Amino acid sequence: MLLLDRNGAKPDPFIAVETLDDAPGKNVIDAFASVDALLAAGPAQAAVLAPNDLDAEDFAPYLDRLALIAIRFPSATDGRGFSLARQLRRLGYKGVLRASGPLFPDQFPQALACGFDEVEIPDANAARQPVAQWLAALNRVTLSYQRDYARGATGPASILDRRARS
Amino acid sequence: MYAYDELDRQIVRERVAQFASQVERRLDGSLTEEEFRPLRLKNGVYLQLHAYMLRVAIPYGGLSSRQLRQLALIAEKYDRGYGHFTTRTNIQFNWPKLREIPAILGLLADVDMHAIQTSGNCIRNTTTDCFAGAAFDEIEDPRPTAEWIRQWSTLHPEFDWLGRKFKIAVTATQQDRAVLRGHDVGVRIVRNAAGETGYRLYVGGGLGRTPMEGKLVRDFLPRAELLGYLEAILRVYNLEGRRDNKFKARIKILVHEIGLEAFRAQVEAEYSKVVAAAPAPDLREFERITASFDAPDFADLPEVSRKLEQAQAADPDLAQFVARNLFRHKKKGYVALTISLKSIGGAPGDATAEQMRAVADLAEQFSFDQVRVSYKQNLVLPHVRRDDVPEIFAVLKAQGLATPNVDLITDIICCPGLDYCALATARSIPLAQTLSRHFADPDKQKEIGELSIKISGCINACAHHHIANIGILGLEKSGGESYQITIGGDPGDQYALGELLGPGLPASAVPEAIDRVIGVYLDARRQGETFIETYRRLGVTPFKAAFKEIADAVA
Amino acid sequence: MAVVKRPPFPVILVANDLVEGEVIFAAEHGWTRDVRAARVANDAEAAQALEQFGAAQARACKVVDAYLVDVEIEAGVPVPRHYRERLRTLGPSHRLDLGKQADFHL
Ligand code: SF4
Repeated sequence: MLLLDRNGAKPDPFIAVETLDDAPGKNVIDAFASVDALLAAGPAQAAVLAPNDLDAEDFAPYLDRLALIAIRFPSATDGRGFSLARQLRRLGYKGVLRASGPLFPDQFPQALACGFDEVEIPDANAARQPVAQWLAALNRVTLSYQRDYARGATGPASILDRRARS
Repeated sequence: MYAYDELDRQIVRERVAQFASQVERRLDGSLTEEEFRPLRLKNGVYLQLHAYMLRVAIPYGGLSSRQLRQLALIAEKYDRGYGHFTTRTNIQFNWPKLREIPAILGLLADVDMHAIQTSGNCIRNTTTDCFAGAAFDEIEDPRPTAEWIRQWSTLHPEFDWLGRKFKIAVTATQQDRAVLRGHDVGVRIVRNAAGETGYRLYVGGGLGRTPMEGKLVRDFLPRAELLGYLEAILRVYNLEGRRDNKFKARIKILVHEIGLEAFRAQVEAEYSKVVAAAPAPDLREFERITASFDAPDFADLPEVSRKLEQAQAADPDLAQFVARNLFRHKKKGYVALTISLKSIGGAPGDATAEQMRAVADLAEQFSFDQVRVSYKQNLVLPHVRRDDVPEIFAVLKAQGLATPNVDLITDIICCPGLDYCALATARSIPLAQTLSRHFADPDKQKEIGELSIKISGCINACAHHHIANIGILGLEKSGGESYQITIGGDPGDQYALGELLGPGLPASAVPEAIDRVIGVYLDARRQGETFIETYRRLGVTPFKAAFKEIADAVA
Repeated sequence: MAVVKRPPFPVILVANDLVEGEVIFAAEHGWTRDVRAARVANDAEAAQALEQFGAAQARACKVVDAYLVDVEIEAGVPVPRHYRERLRTLGPSHRLDLGKQADFHL
């Protein structure tokens, strides 16, 4: 798996554990279905991998206790994760959002705009689409017709905001 | 026309460069065909039966003469000298080479055009009434609303990977001339009791394999709330629409399966969250867009043109053209003039580069530089002085563009079918040509009156055959082409899906079958009744009986 | 298009040129735009060789959508049995001035 954010490739601080007995003191990622057990096990930091067909509200009770939520993209063309990420941010989620699946570089700026911080792609994809292609994809379209999708200082500038200022 | 600013230009340019990079990465193997396919489709590039095809967006059907000339240039330089206007009011080029498409997109960008989102599972070109801005009966010009939607939906980061395509139409008249109820979302501009202008929204219409009529989801939405509400609809669809079966992935299936009430409740719930999270919506952008549609500087003219009347008296061809191809304008002394792309025996919707240039010249000289594309695959000069009609007619006649058949039986809507389309199950153009010749006699056409024939080459229904008065669907049956006929469809206010008459027929039997159907109508019609009115009164039974004789004979 | 079941013999291999988009046929060597020069496979072994050639060429980013098409041999020329595939060897049926039918006087 290749994990990268807007600055490039990065190591994954989270590990999957055989049994939750191994969790205490570690940064552990587990399936969202086991979130209660994971949190009870007392990891240093907790992360979950969630399918893309859950309701954002399902995450609500856990948002301030999850350092990372990874949303699975079963295929590049299944865009449900983009809306789910958007809703999680609207619910006030402040942790890391990861898009996990066979996305391609042209979707990287879209993922970031919708609230993701990083993407995790299978090795086979990374072999064809190395990190340089992902970073290059971020700078191709520098404008956007939407208003509140840019997060932070990076990302395309809103045409609407520019027009409002001029 | 909406006037691009530098930001509109820049984003289109950047999109061209992005597509060029996608082509490069496809050719060097970074992108597999499976990955490239949705990317090229989002930029209008198909791989069709014989070659690539490029579909260029004509937002809400509006073109300037400069843009139309550029399309002519592209047709000549990169294609085979013609283009095909579609029922989504776009234009298709049938023979471009993949490595030349970035250059074509560059030429389009030069005239503020693009191919963005003309295909793929995203929000497509927003369409409207082809007489927008000219029609006598509109509440306001619907094009600023359509442009507002265009910009909001362009390169939307969240709604680019929907379960299926998403089509929006806007209209501002009582009479629906934009097939509102055949769209994923239909937007009708209305006034409420307090005199405020806002929107009435229909959702879940569509044709294809499972045709459905759009349902009223919001009776009145204040203008400022349109984009927020669309965002809520799209988000609910993106999250809840089916992903397991591409034939069940349109929003119409979601609305159908969970029911309108449940769907509306979900949208309203999502919308309330959208409202809570966003700053209060304002109309600044809408007003900026509206202002950029410079209103033509119409002259004060008398209602009647003596010049036109005299010319008509001297030229029966002109008189016939005037009777058929003019539409009432909101401004005295002006008309909207339809240029039929349905010459007898021609391929419906096709225009040569030379014809495009001729129309561009006419638009420049006589129609405030404006041309419109209609979903019926014709062109419109929206703002023509009655005085100028004879001169325009003469030019059109010389170009083979003066066919006086608007809304008559030879004004056939026809998709490319198996002569071009990779998805087709049968050809459609040759049958349209046969029927056009079969009914060529102007007196016969006049006798039959308004009647729509629409021919699709597969169940996708790009030619809207379900909502034709006479719809024809080309299928494959035991290794050959076979055509199913439906009747009684209506795209407008009395929206209706056609009824199947019986088993499919070979192409050779279709003209006679339609003769029989029309025979029933001509025998039974009352004074002044159109085909569809007679059909509504009689029901399908007598038509089925007449059809059966032909079907039995060929069975 | 995935070849689920191999069609009856004889067969030819049809694809699109990735860069040009044009319909092409596997020939004795490489590809041809003219169906008359298409390599005809009469048995499973020859058909498999065609398929392997197509798959390799797809991997090499030369072609897309390579698949076998069953033909009849008419006057020495392979003619697809299905009307859709026949049209692909010719061009649009209402525009005889366009496509392979025009280029090769088919
Ligand atoms: S209706 Fe079918 S054949 Fe016709 S253009 Fe659409 S997809 Fe192609």
